[in-house]
Amino acid sequence: MRKLALSDEILLSVEKPARYIGGEVNMQVKNTKEVDIRFCMCFPDVYEIGMSHLGIQILYDILNRREDTYCERVYSPWVDLDKLMRERSIPLFALESQDPIKEFDFLGITLQYEMCYTNILQILELSQIPIYAKDRSEEDPIVIGGGPCSYNPEPIADFFDFFYIGEGESAYNDILDLYKECKKSGKSRREYLELVAGIEGMYVPALYDVEYNDDHTIKSFRKNTDTAPDRVKKQVEMNLSQAFYPTKPIVPFIKATQDRVVLEIQRGCIRGCRFCQAGMIYRPTRERDVEYLKKCAYEMLKSTGHEEISLSSLSSSDYSRLEELVYFLIDEFGSKGINISLPSLRIDTFSLDVMGKVQDIRKSSLTFAPEAGSQKLRDVINKGLTEDDILKGASAAFNSGWNRVKLYFMMGLPTETEEDIEGIAVLTDKIAREYYDIPKDQRQGKVSIVASTSFFVPKPFTPFQWSRMDTPEEYLYKQKYLRSKINEQLNRKSIKYNWHEAQLSELEGALARGDRRLSKVIYDAYKAGCLYDSWSEHFDYDKWVKAFDDNGIDMSFYNSRERKEEEIFPWDFIDVGVTKAFLLREYKRAKNAAVTPNCRELCYNCGAKSFGGGVCFDGQELDKSSNKSQGTVGGSI
Amino acid sequence: MKVRIKFQKYGPMKFIGHLDVMRYFQKAFRRAELDSEYTKGFNPHQVMSFASPLGLGLTSDGEYMDIGLNFSDSPKLMVKKINGVMSEGFKVVGYRILEEPLENVKNVTAMSLVSSSDYMVSLKDGYSLGDMITCIDEFKAAFLKFVESSEIIISKKTKKSEKLVDIKPMISFVAFDEAEYKNKLKDVLLDMPISVDVAPSHVKDADSDGKSGHMKDADSDGKSSYKMDADTDGKSSYKMDADTDGKSSYMMDAESRAEVYDNGIKVYMQLDTGSESNLKPELVIEAFCNANNIEYNPYAWQHHRLEMYTRDDKTKKLISLDRLER
Repeated sequence: MRKLALSDEILLSVEKPARYIGGEVNMQVKNTKEVDIRFCMCFPDVYEIGMSHLGIQILYDILNRREDTYCERVYSPWVDLDKLMRERSIPLFALESQDPIKEFDFLGITLQYEMCYTNILQILELSQIPIYAKDRSEEDPIVIGGGPCSYNPEPIADFFDFFYIGEGESAYNDILDLYKECKKSGKSRREYLELVAGIEGMYVPALYDVEYNDDHTIKSFRKNTDTAPDRVKKQVEMNLSQAFYPTKPIVPFIKATQDRVVLEIQRGCIRGCRFCQAGMIYRPTRERDVEYLKKCAYEMLKSTGHEEISLSSLSSSDYSRLEELVYFLIDEFGSKGINISLPSLRIDTFSLDVMGKVQDIRKSSLTFAPEAGSQKLRDVINKGLTEDDILKGASAAFNSGWNRVKLYFMMGLPTETEEDIEGIAVLTDKIAREYYDIPKDQRQGKVSIVASTSFFVPKPFTPFQWSRMDTPEEYLYKQKYLRSKINEQLNRKSIKYNWHEAQLSELEGALARGDRRLSKVIYDAYKAGCLYDSWSEHFDYDKWVKAFDDNGIDMSFYNSRERKEEEIFPWDFIDVGVTKAFLLREYKRAKNAAVTPNCRELCYNCGAKSFGGGVCFDGQELDKSSNKSQGTVGGSI
Repeated sequence: MKVRIKFQKYGPMKFIGHLDVMRYFQKAFRRAELDSEYTKGFNPHQVMSFASPLGLGLTSDGEYMDIGLNFSDSPKLMVKKINGVMSEGFKVVGYRILEEPLENVKNVTAMSLVSSSDYMVSLKDGYSLGDMITCIDEFKAAFLKFVESSEIIISKKTKKSEKLVDIKPMISFVAFDEAEYKNKLKDVLLDMPISVDVAPSHVKDADSDGKSGHMKDADSDGKSSYKMDADTDGKSSYKMDADTDGKSSYMMDAESRAEVYDNGIKVYMQLDTGSESNLKPELVIEAFCNANNIEYNPYAWQHHRLEMYTRDDKTKKLISLDRLER
C-alpha cells in the first residue's frame, strides 16, 4: 500500500485531503530506484485548477515515456495545509511517490498567469529549496520554468535555473539526455546549465547581464558566456497533426475545474487579434489530423470514464474539419450519455444546430466576445467581428430558443474614447432588442443579458506591447461611466453588468511587462504574506504596493507610459518567430483602425513562416500567387 | 435490471468523500464499459444509490450501492471487469442481480432498509489513552464496564437543538477479537437466506401474492444457494465465508482491509444504523473517553465498517445486504 507523506491527522484537518494523496486513475507508477531521473512537474495553483491543465498532462505523458525518467506532480498546498507544513517543517512532496521534492533532479514549473508568481516561491520554500537560483547547491533540484509567462521570464528570472521557451514536446529529451551525461561525467550544476544554454530554446538567466539607463529602461542585455546564444529561439512542435497526445490523462477523485476529456484540435490562431498574446506566440497555426483526433477521443473517453468531452483551441470555428469532427462526436458518443462541450465557437447556422443537439437550450447561455463596443475599436484590436455578425448571431440564437446571453468586453483598449465605452451599452441594448423583435407568443419569457468587462492588460509579443495601460483610477471612472450608460438603455432591466478588479489588473500589467528588478519585489511581497494572488479573497493590494515602494519601483513605470519604438524590452532576446517589426506595423495599423486579414486570407509576413509549416504553407499553390502582393501590403502600414 | 454491488474502501481512499466516491464509480463503470441505465433528459446520469454513506476518514469492508444496468454478464465476470478499472483502495467483492420488484408493490430499496452496521474501531499507533489504559486487556475491561452500565447518555446535536439520548439500546453487542465477534454475530444473524420474507410489513400484499409471483423467475442454478423455496421452512446450506458463484450473484471471500495497528487496542461493535435509530461509532468512542476521563481525540481512532444489515420483520434477526434478493 502507498504510504502518504501527511499523517491522517493532518489530512483530516485540512479542506479536501484528496488534493494531496495522489493515487488517481491513470497515475504513473514507477519504481523510484529503477530510474535515473526524477522530475517533478508543478502547476503553482491549487490542485483542482492545476489538474485541469492540458499542457502538464502532455508533458507528464512525454516524460514518462522515457524508461529512465519518473515524472511526478505537485500543486500549491492550500493555505490551511501551507500553515501546518510550515509549523511542522514538513517538506513539500510529489503526489505519486509522496517523496520530498528536494530529493528530485528537476522541478518544472508551468507559468500560466502572472498572478501565480508568489505561489512559485511558496512551492520552492515549502520544498526547502533555496528561493534564489544563485543560492542553490549541487544537491538541489534544477528549477525550470515554462509556459506562456516564460515569454517574459525577466520578473521571475532570479528564481529559475533556466526557462524552456516554447512548446514542451520538442526539446525535453535533449535536456534530460544532457543531464544524464553530465551526471555520469561528474559535471557541476553550473557546467550543466552552461551546456543547457546551448540547446535551442533554453534561457539560462544567470548567463545574461542587464544594464539600465537612468530612466530605468534597458540599456543593454548581453550574454556573459560564449555557450549562451544571443537570442533564444522559441521551440515549436511542427508535427502536431499526429504528435503525442496523452490518451490516458489522470482522473482526479475530486471535481477539477475541467472535469472532462479535453481534445486539443489545433494550436495557434489565424485571427491575429492585437491584444491577444496566445494568438502571436503560438504561431504558426497548426491543425491536428481529424482521424487522429477521433481515435484520441475514443481512447480518452475509454481510459478516463469522463462523461464530457470538450474541444480546445483558441478559435474552434477555424478548424478546417470542425463539422466532421463535431458530428462524429455527437453520433458516436451522444447516445452514451457523453456531453459535448464546444467553447470558442462563432455563432452561425452550424454552431446553433450543433448546440441545439448537445445542450438544453433553456438551461444554457450563449457567449459572445465582441471585446469592444464600437466598430472602430473592434477594428483597432483587429477583432474580425462586425455588429451585423453579432446581431444576426444573437437573433438566430433567440429564434432557436435561447434567451440567455453572456457578453465579454475589454475596457481600456488603446485609442478608447467615451463613445467607444458607450458603444458597449448600446450594443448590449441592441442585442436585447433583437430578442423583443420576436413575436411575443414565440418568446420564452424575458431575455437575460450579462455584460462583463475586464480591464485591458498589454502583453509582451503583441502589437500593443508599446501601449500605455490605464491607471486604476481611469478604469474606475470608465466602469462607472459604462454603468451610467447601461442605465440609460431601454432594456436596462434585462442587462446585468459585471466588472473585474482594477487593482489586480494593474499588478498583472506590471508583472507582464516587467524586468528583472521585479524579482526582489515579488520576493518581498511573498515574504509579507502574498499568496494565491489570483484568488480575490487572498489578493492583498496594499502589501504589493508596499513591496514596490520598499524597492523604490513604481508600477506606473511599467504600465502608464507609452514606450518608444526603439526601446529595448526585457523580452526582446526571445525569438518567437513573429518579428518586432511586424508587431510595430500592426500597432501602427491599429492606431489607424486598419484591419489585417487573417492568416488564411492573406499572409502579412509576421515571421512565423520561418518555422516552415502550419497554416503558412496550407494551399501552397494559392500562396505563391499572392506572395507578390504580400510585400506591398506588409510595407504600406 | 437492478444490481447490488458490495465493495471495500481502504487505504488512502478513506480521504475521498461520499460525493466523490459516487463520481468515481460513475467514471469507473464507463471505463469498464458497463451497459448502464441512464436517467432521461438533457443531463442523463447513471442510476445509482448508496446505502448509508461512509464518513471521511473511515474505511470499510462492506459498502453497498444499487445500480441500474441494461445488461449484465455473469456476476463473476462483471466483478472482474469492474475490478479491472479500480484504483488501489476500491475493490468490488460482491455482485448480485436483484429480482424484479413484486407486482403491485412499491419498490423499496434495501438502502432505505439498513438497520445495523458492524464496525471495528482501532486506536492508531502514536496515540495514548493515558496511564490507566495501556494495553488491550485494560481497554477491554474499561470498555466492558462502559457498555454494561445501565444507560449511556450522550448529548446529540440535531439541526434544531441538542438533546440527551441514551445510546445503550443502540449498541447490540461489542467484542474484542475476531473470534468473539463472529461468535456474537451468529446469534443475531438469520441463519438462512431470505428473499420474500424480508419484504417489510409496510409493503402491501407482500405475503399473499408476492411469493409465488416472485418464484416464477427463480434461478434454477443449484449453486445459487441464497435462493430459498419460500414454502419449505427448511434451513438451506449457507456458507458465509466461501466464495459463492451463481447466475445471479457472486460473492468473493475477500480479505479484510481494516488497518492493523501495533498497539492492538480495538473493539468490534454492532450499532443501529438508519433513519429511525442511528449511531455512529465516533459517538460511542467519544462517550467511552468521557466516561473514563480520557480526552477525546477524533484523529486517534480508525473506524472501519465491516458489514451492513437489514432486519427481518418476522424473526427480528439480521441479514446482510448482499443476501437480500431485492
